[in-house]
Amino acid sequence: MTARLLVRGASILGGDRADLLVEDGVVTQVGSVSSGDGVEALDADGLVALPGFVDLHTHLREPGREDAETVASGSAAAAAGGYAAVLAMANTSPVTDTAEAAERVLDLGRACGLVDVQPVGAVSKGLAGEELAELGLMARSRASVRVFSDDGKCVQDARLMRRALEYVRAFGGVVSQHSQDTRLADGNACCHEGEISGRYGLPGWPSVAEEVVVARDVMLARHTGSRVHVAHVSTPGAVEVIRWAKAQGIAVTAEVTPHHLALTTDLVSGYDPVYKVNPPLRPEEFTLVLREALADGTIDAVATDHAPHALNDKQHAFVDAAFGMLGLETAFAVVHDLMVATGQMSMERLAEVMSVAPARIAGLSELHGRPIAVGEPATFALVDPSARWTVDREASASLSRNNPWHGRSYAGRVVATLLRGRVTARDGVVVSAGE
Amino acid sequence: MTRRHLLSAADLTRADAEEILTTAASMHDIQHREVKKLPTLRGRTVINLFFEDSTRTRTSFELAGKWMSADTINISAKGSSASKGESLRDTVLTVDAMSVDAFIIRHSASGACHQVAGWVDASVINAGDGTHEHPTQALLDAYTMQQRIGSLEGRHIAIVGDLTHSRVFRSNLILLRTLGARLTVVAPPTLLPSGIGAWSARDGFTVSSDLDAVLTGDDVPDAVMMLRVQKERMSGGYFPTAREYAVGYGMTASRYRALSAANPDVAILHPGPMNRGLEISPEAADSPHSVILDQVSAGVAVRMAVLYHLLAADTTEVAV
Repeated sequence: MTARLLVRGASILGGDRADLLVEDGVVTQVGSVSSGDGVEALDADGLVALPGFVDLHTHLREPGREDAETVASGSAAAAAGGYAAVLAMANTSPVTDTAEAAERVLDLGRACGLVDVQPVGAVSKGLAGEELAELGLMARSRASVRVFSDDGKCVQDARLMRRALEYVRAFGGVVSQHSQDTRLADGNACCHEGEISGRYGLPGWPSVAEEVVVARDVMLARHTGSRVHVAHVSTPGAVEVIRWAKAQGIAVTAEVTPHHLALTTDLVSGYDPVYKVNPPLRPEEFTLVLREALADGTIDAVATDHAPHALNDKQHAFVDAAFGMLGLETAFAVVHDLMVATGQMSMERLAEVMSVAPARIAGLSELHGRPIAVGEPATFALVDPSARWTVDREASASLSRNNPWHGRSYAGRVVATLLRGRVTARDGVVVSAGE
Repeated sequence: MTRRHLLSAADLTRADAEEILTTAASMHDIQHREVKKLPTLRGRTVINLFFEDSTRTRTSFELAGKWMSADTINISAKGSSASKGESLRDTVLTVDAMSVDAFIIRHSASGACHQVAGWVDASVINAGDGTHEHPTQALLDAYTMQQRIGSLEGRHIAIVGDLTHSRVFRSNLILLRTLGARLTVVAPPTLLPSGIGAWSARDGFTVSSDLDAVLTGDDVPDAVMMLRVQKERMSGGYFPTAREYAVGYGMTASRYRALSAANPDVAILHPGPMNRGLEISPEAADSPHSVILDQVSAGVAVRMAVLYHLLAADTTEVAV
């Protein structure tokens, strides 16, 4: 029997309204569709249909830290946030640095079935930054790994970075770099180096520690003719380098997180570790430059860097607490509120930065970031741009509560998420398979 | 004064600070009595919780508590950290559960005392948190200066040394400005805290890397505070050698002579422990202008005053 779903009256990418008939996970009619008998209908009056979001940067913590997040709980948070695919970072325990480890993450994601969980492979064995991991075997595995990253650690060694860039070119891979020169910003660095770090006596994380690595990496990308992706850009200097590199035709892409667009370094003055993240929150003037760069295309994508942590890893003195914050369930609201509701960016551009571009960067364009049209997979986020809501950390599907968005209000809410025709979440609540 | 915690010098209004300094003067008199005991904090329990080594601060807090009849207990929790053993939170909650009245905390992490204050019912006094603050040191420095040079209103005070890593600097900067002093801070550019340009513009103080110009220029300081420089800063590349630091930023014998000639009433301070020959020469440290031992002596009186205002002021009159 054919599974049918009629999505009624959604505004496509914020434009014209149309009904969408979905049959067996594929859009079969767009326009004015009369509901036949027995067709399940989803009233999308007042909602905007966007391609399901793709997160280039998610920490799912499984295997190893299932107390903080699992593939299942992280998938649920992703679905609730309008995501259809997430790239699961490699810094698990054990590290995703083999084909077997990558396939295991892939299979955990499939078993859960709420989002496509695409593993990211480590660049170096054990994220140690010394020897290349088995990049080719991960690429040839069932997981078809295309994005490689030592995220959390930066590939410091220029020669190793060069070899990684050269090597992944053979299978269209990309290296996603967490840009942090550890001689300029070591492991203790936990606060943007500036007036706040000076006043509050917190070890500074200077902008230049990011910028020198971005500059080196774009030159390596030029030298090797390979693709490099800059993870969580956080400084105007890095934006300038990326803009220059793109103008030279260098194959560089970049992502920015919602928290680097929205939250600022002065929040750490209360020493609350919920605001401790790497790279750190930056001054307000930086957030304005990042928003501009996202709007003008210098920055290609929004990525959450969703980083769940168990309470006991955050309940420490600021310098001792874990880095990272949640982001999957709030990303759309934050980006919509800051960028679209303010008129700085169109809804089409939001679809580009949250779905189309990340899918392209990750090599997932056959399934994700597709147009909303006949013959395309029915993978959507249905959002209500006018709904203003207040984030409640207790309402999260994540196992963790390190949520800096708690208590903040945003315009724009994800109402439903569809993955190939199946509703995976409604109003923030996950719909399990079979319901 | 009706506050529970002393976490930062910024917690104190000018009236608060002056009240504490006035009380400290009364307490200081007690120190010279044969029987140094007040009943003020009888029945109160004060915990010295030190996650870092300290001799003078811990001893002076302990004496301050004892001389006011508090039950004072020292807990040395050195080595306790996120990576090994009990967390900071569990340690303080464990002791707090025994219904203590105050924690005096020293910790290597900036902000640790702020966090503890959010977790416990007891009063929290910051006895030094990382490179952030050390408010009772600033109070005893202010007390010592007042005793030597009088009111600090409009007076020019220079703070010299490793500003980046100094909690003494941060608390003094705040408190001395609260008391009306004019501040100049001096360090090599590598030891100036980040963002100090914007910070000094916002708060109104002067920043320099030329010590001689500050000491013997047009506006000779009324007091000069030399900060301890840790030798391990050399390996961090903050300055090349001890010799070069002393020549550039130390209170050398010749610099001391020039300063005391320019201002015969100048007071020279150092929070201790001193590196003689590095940031301060014996000629300066042992000179009549030095108030370094007065600072130590004031430490107990000032800490008695702080304990009094946080723990006793609401229930009893100060009885001296």
